[in-house]
Amino acid sequence: MTLPRYLAELQQDIEGYAREFGLDFFDVIYEVLPYNTINMVAAYGGFPTRYPHWRFGMEYDRLSKSHAYGLAKIYEMVINNDPCYAYLLEGNSLVDQKTVMAHVYAHCDFFKNNIWFAETNRKMMNEMANHATRVRRYMSKHGVGDVEGFIDTCLSIENLIDIHSALIRRRPVKREDREEDKPQEREVARLPVQRRYLDPYVNPASFIEQQKQKLVEERKKAKRFPPQPERDTMLFLMEHAPLNRWQRDIMGIIREESYYFAPQAQTKIMNEGWAVYWHSTIMTQRALNDAEVIDFADHHSGVLGTRPGALNPYKIGVELFRYIEDKWNTGRFGKAYEECDDLERRHSWNKHLHEGRKKIFEVRRLHNDVTFIDEFLDPEFCYTQKLFGYGYNQRTNNWEITEREYNAVKQKLLFGLTNFGQPIIEVVDSNHANRGELLLVHRHEGVDLKLDWAQATMEALHRIWARPVLVKTVFGDKATVLRYDGQDHTAETVGKNT
Amino acid sequence: MSQKIDSDHARFRHIVRGKIKQNLKKFITKGEMFGKKGKDVVSIPLPQIQIPRFRYGHKQTGGVGQGDGEVGDVLAPGQVEGEGAGQAGSDPSEHELEVELTIEELAEILGEELELPRIEPRGKHKLEAEKSRYTGIHRVGPESLRHFKRTYREALKRQIALGTYHRDRPVVVPIREDKRYRSWKVSWIPESNAVVIYMMDVSGSMGDEQKEMVRIESFWIDTWLQSQYAGMEVRYITHDAAAREVDRETFFRTRESGGTMISSAYKLCAEMIGADYPSGEWNIYPFHFSDGDNWSNDDTRNCLDILKTRIFPQVNQFGYGQVESPYGSGQFIKDLRESFSDEEKLVLSEIPDRDAIIRSIRDFLSKGR
Repeated sequence: MTLPRYLAELQQDIEGYAREFGLDFFDVIYEVLPYNTINMVAAYGGFPTRYPHWRFGMEYDRLSKSHAYGLAKIYEMVINNDPCYAYLLEGNSLVDQKTVMAHVYAHCDFFKNNIWFAETNRKMMNEMANHATRVRRYMSKHGVGDVEGFIDTCLSIENLIDIHSALIRRRPVKREDREEDKPQEREVARLPVQRRYLDPYVNPASFIEQQKQKLVEERKKAKRFPPQPERDTMLFLMEHAPLNRWQRDIMGIIREESYYFAPQAQTKIMNEGWAVYWHSTIMTQRALNDAEVIDFADHHSGVLGTRPGALNPYKIGVELFRYIEDKWNTGRFGKAYEECDDLERRHSWNKHLHEGRKKIFEVRRLHNDVTFIDEFLDPEFCYTQKLFGYGYNQRTNNWEITEREYNAVKQKLLFGLTNFGQPIIEVVDSNHANRGELLLVHRHEGVDLKLDWAQATMEALHRIWARPVLVKTVFGDKATVLRYDGQDHTAETVGKNT
Repeated sequence: MSQKIDSDHARFRHIVRGKIKQNLKKFITKGEMFGKKGKDVVSIPLPQIQIPRFRYGHKQTGGVGQGDGEVGDVLAPGQVEGEGAGQAGSDPSEHELEVELTIEELAEILGEELELPRIEPRGKHKLEAEKSRYTGIHRVGPESLRHFKRTYREALKRQIALGTYHRDRPVVVPIREDKRYRSWKVSWIPESNAVVIYMMDVSGSMGDEQKEMVRIESFWIDTWLQSQYAGMEVRYITHDAAAREVDRETFFRTRESGGTMISSAYKLCAEMIGADYPSGEWNIYPFHFSDGDNWSNDDTRNCLDILKTRIFPQVNQFGYGQVESPYGSGQFIKDLRESFSDEEKLVLSEIPDRDAIIRSIRDFLSKGR
């Protein structure tokens, strides 16, 4: 379906403005959809051709109920693909459609240029359809229940991937064995003898040989696999778990989709901030006509509205981009500015650099949410944006504001963004205790795992690995090993926290 | 139009059927969720199945927010992102609005989740009521119904478009074309009359927990029946050795200590029906909750007789719910079962604990009578 005429004309205009401002994007294919179809597409994560699974039905249930009760409404959706696909909601007012299109071009520019998206599959629309075909084929061959059950299992560990693997090669490429890699030969201990001729009797050759054999054996056992902790648990399981071919393929599908979506979660704040920045720039400087001002302002402020207990990525993103632009326009950065402690001078600091635009384009290319916040969120921004940290007060059973101090708030914000605010867990040993048990380690950052969820996840891991699964973690300052052997969960405390 | 998602949706609903009982069960047994007194608004969660993953407990991590407030200020419960929030996925931009459900919507959801059939009302459809609702906006109408905000907005739009709006002198004068009025629709709705008569054993053997269970159950029954009948009447009878009519407050609060004569309540109920609710025009739903301990066999026989001759012919359905208490013998439900094994109008339900409430509600309401 192509755009109806009245929208097609607008689209040409908006695209023109977007190019004029220097946005650089893939071609965009628009589809105008009625609300129930857009709910469906949204439930499938934007891919109408996705494989069948109940969780998409669940998402659809939620979306259509929120729509029916007037809780929420989807205005727009963009898919990172070449060409980009964008969905518009049928029946939106013209000013909304214009805003959405401007928003879409900015998202698309971000997908194309941000470095964290560099490795994503730009033909994902096709790939997803292929995945669906394969999953359907397995379903008709092995039964819907089995295949769906295995998908559920894989989804439990879909966050155990290495989100930086697109840019960092952790696992060395297989190389020839080098001399120093060979384990040191340890000599068999011989009993001391006073006279040389007694040696063959005190240390008989057959015994020495036997001992040597034993040492070799031991060395083999001691050799750990994987040699280094493996962040990409899914890949490790795909390569080493006792799975059928179709199971391996399905795990591969889930993993691939997980990697495809990861950058979007990694750059949520930036991506939305960037899109809001551009839709407001394009609308207010070019596309808006007089009669639309009020409706635009109304909806725009709706997008940027905040609730105390939840950070609005649109709001924080666009504010930070504008803040950066302003700093680089006026030259409020660098040593001279940082060290200036005359408030008056700081306040009126202006070097007329006008490099703000250039800077934000650079930022949108190089950063993800973590580095974006880490580098540019400063005390002044924290103060003017009224950021605060909140926590749960066990005593009063309430959520309370816990801090407004810059460093603490920033730490908390970064903690929530690192690894999507999820625990980092690695495979450490696939032959733990020499019994083929799978040992994972949770890199504890001061916050404990949710125990019941962790145990349910271990059950999923056990279904894949088919041998006992252990997770080393920390609970309440005590190093703890969780173990699941297929029947029972145990938790063993192993001394103090280290 | 059938869509690709339908099969996934059906699959989800299918899974939820097995699962929903627990979710809704949890929800229902939470005593605080339905403070119906005063404002009749309740908020409910959507059924969601969460796939377990390694994750942090939200209560331990907290988060970052934006806005006014001092350190130590309490955030309202609704303002904090729940446990399941923040699922990464694609990029649909949704704009959340706040909404609360009314009792009618709640009943609708209850009916949908428990698969309750709609009740076919009996009686005459002669009682009709006029109902008017404001449903839209018109360009003409009486001044008293002028929609100020819409009118102002139209005028502002026009003035901006014409260039007659000045920022330093922001006077907005609506002309006739700008004016917007509320408009309404009148509909005639047939009104059927219904009465629910709750009877509860308040003798010494019924403890607080038993009463709480009755309270929860009758709230949901009330909610459902209210959604089916406009202007439903509710009457309350308590009894120990003697029966009396009481108000709602007393019904759930009192605790007597006497013996139990169920027939006294049934007699009062039958009198009530005879005096106030001629059965041709009324849909009558008596419910009786007790721990199943009656004073004597003679009295039980008396009960059965009243039920058979005076109550069953008049009512749509008679519900008897037996809660389990440490003192009651639980004999009464057995007697009823024996005597009326083929009586369609009698619905029996045992409620051993709070978890059984949901099943019991379904027992009572799934007949659609």
